[in-house]
Amino acid sequence: MAGDTRETVVNLVAERMGVEPDQITDDTHFVNDLQSDSLDMAELVIDLEEQFDLSISDEEAQQIETVGQAIKYIEEKQAK
Amino acid sequence: MHPRRVVVTGAGVVSPVGCSKETAWAAVRDGRSGIRTITAFDTSGFDVHIAGEVRDFDPLDHLSKREMSRLDRFVQFAVVAADQAITESGLDLEAEDRRRIGAFIGTGIGGLHEIEAQHARLLQSGPHRTSPLMIPKLMTNAAAGQVTMRKGLMGPSMSVSSACASASHAIGEALKCIRYGTADVMVCGGAEAAVTPMGLSGVQQSKALSTRNDDPPAASRPFDLNRDGFVMAEGAAILIIECLEHARQRGAEILVELAGYGASSDAYHVTLPDPEGRGAALAMAHALEDAGLGPQDVDYINAHGTSTPAGDDVEAKAICAVFGDHAHKLAVSSSKSVFGHLLGASGALESAVCVWAMLDDVCPPTINLDDPDPECCGLNFVPHQAQQRRLNAVLCNSFGFGGHNVSLALRKFAG
Repeated sequence: MAGDTRETVVNLVAERMGVEPDQITDDTHFVNDLQSDSLDMAELVIDLEEQFDLSISDEEAQQIETVGQAIKYIEEKQAK
Repeated sequence: MHPRRVVVTGAGVVSPVGCSKETAWAAVRDGRSGIRTITAFDTSGFDVHIAGEVRDFDPLDHLSKREMSRLDRFVQFAVVAADQAITESGLDLEAEDRRRIGAFIGTGIGGLHEIEAQHARLLQSGPHRTSPLMIPKLMTNAAAGQVTMRKGLMGPSMSVSSACASASHAIGEALKCIRYGTADVMVCGGAEAAVTPMGLSGVQQSKALSTRNDDPPAASRPFDLNRDGFVMAEGAAILIIECLEHARQRGAEILVELAGYGASSDAYHVTLPDPEGRGAALAMAHALEDAGLGPQDVDYINAHGTSTPAGDDVEAKAICAVFGDHAHKLAVSSSKSVFGHLLGASGALESAVCVWAMLDDVCPPTINLDDPDPECCGLNFVPHQAQQRRLNAVLCNSFGFGGHNVSLALRKFAG
C-alpha cells in the first residue's frame, strides 16, 4: 500500500507540475525544485484530497514542503 | 495629421483557416471556407452543429504542459498569436524599453471553457473542489496579463470587452495610447474560444446562428438573400502597432499605417442594430475624420457582415449614408463568409486581413454570395472571387451586441 501511495503522489505531482515522474524524489522541494507557487500548491492539495478521499486543512498543507512530506502525511492519515 | 503617427509592423493569427499569415491569408484570398461540423464536443440535441473551429493547433507546440494547464483556450490562442506578431515585427524585446510597451487584448466572453469545467465540478463535488486557478484563468483580462508577463511588458495593459467589437476597440484604444504618448509600442487585438456547449447553446437560443448544418462551408453567406444567421468561430489575432518614429529608429518593416479609429453606440437594442444604421455610420464617419480621409479616398471596406438577416442590410445602408455615390465605386466584402464570426476576436483577425489585402492590393471575396439581397443596396461585395485593386485606404468595421460600433481606418504607408 505504501508503494502505491508513493507512486500515486509522484504521478500527481509530475502531472500537475509538468515534469517526468523519474525526476521526483522524496527530497524534491515544491518551491525550490519545482518552482511551485501558491496556486500550484492549492491545486495539488485538491488533487491529493480527491485522489485519497481525505481533507487537508490549510494549516496542514502549509507544513508540506517536499514530496516526501506529502507522502508521509498521506500515509499517516490513511493509517488512522 | 496627428503628431504621433502609428504604423502596423506585425500580425499574428490563430484562426479556423490556419495558424500562420501564409495559410490564413491564402484561404481568405482564395475563398476557402474554414466552417465545418463541430468536433470539440457532441452537438446532438443542439439546433446548430457547425462552427469555425481552430483545428491545427496543439498548445503543446508552443507551451509547456504546466503553462498550458494554467491558461484557458482563449488565452492560449492569444499568447501564440502575440508570439507570432512580435516575431514578425522584428522587435528585439531585450533591447527595448519595455516600460513603453503595453498590451490591450479584447475578448467578448473570456474563459468559457474554464467556467464550464469548474461549474461542473462545483455541482458535482462542492465548493472545495473547484480550481484555485479558475478565476485567473477565466477572467477577461487573462490574455493581456499573460502576454505582459511572458514578454516582460511593463506599459499599460487591459482587456476590452464589448462583445463582437472587443478586438477593434482594443486596437483603437491602443492607437490612442500611442498617440497620447503613454506607450511607443502596443500589442493589441482579441481572442475568443467560446465554441463550447454553453457558448453554442447561448447564441443558438438568441436565434442568431445559421442552421445550414448540411452544408457547413455555405452557411456563412453575408449579404446573400438566403442568409440565415452567423456561424460561431474561435481564434485570436494580435497586431503590433507602434509610433512611426520608433519603427523608423529601429529600422522596422512597416506594413501599413493605422490611421484612424471611430467608435459609437447605437443606443437602440441589445442585439438588434439600429434599423437605419445610424450608429454604424457614425463610427465610419469618425474613423474617416480621425484619419484625415474623405469618403472618396476609401477603396475597400472589410465589413462586419456577419450573415444575419437583421445586420447585413443595415450595414450596407450605413455605408451608403456615409459614402454617397462613392459607395458604389468602392469594394465591400465580409471575410466572415470564409472563417465565420470570431466574436470578440473578429475585429483583430479582420484587421490582419486588411493589412494583408493592402500589401497585395487585393480585395478578398465574400463567398457564398449567390443571390445578393436587394436590400443591401447593390454594392460591390466582391462575390466569390478576389478582386485586384490598388488599396490606398481601407476601413474595417466591427459591431457588437450592446450596440457598440467600431471602424478602423488603415492607409498604405507611403513615408
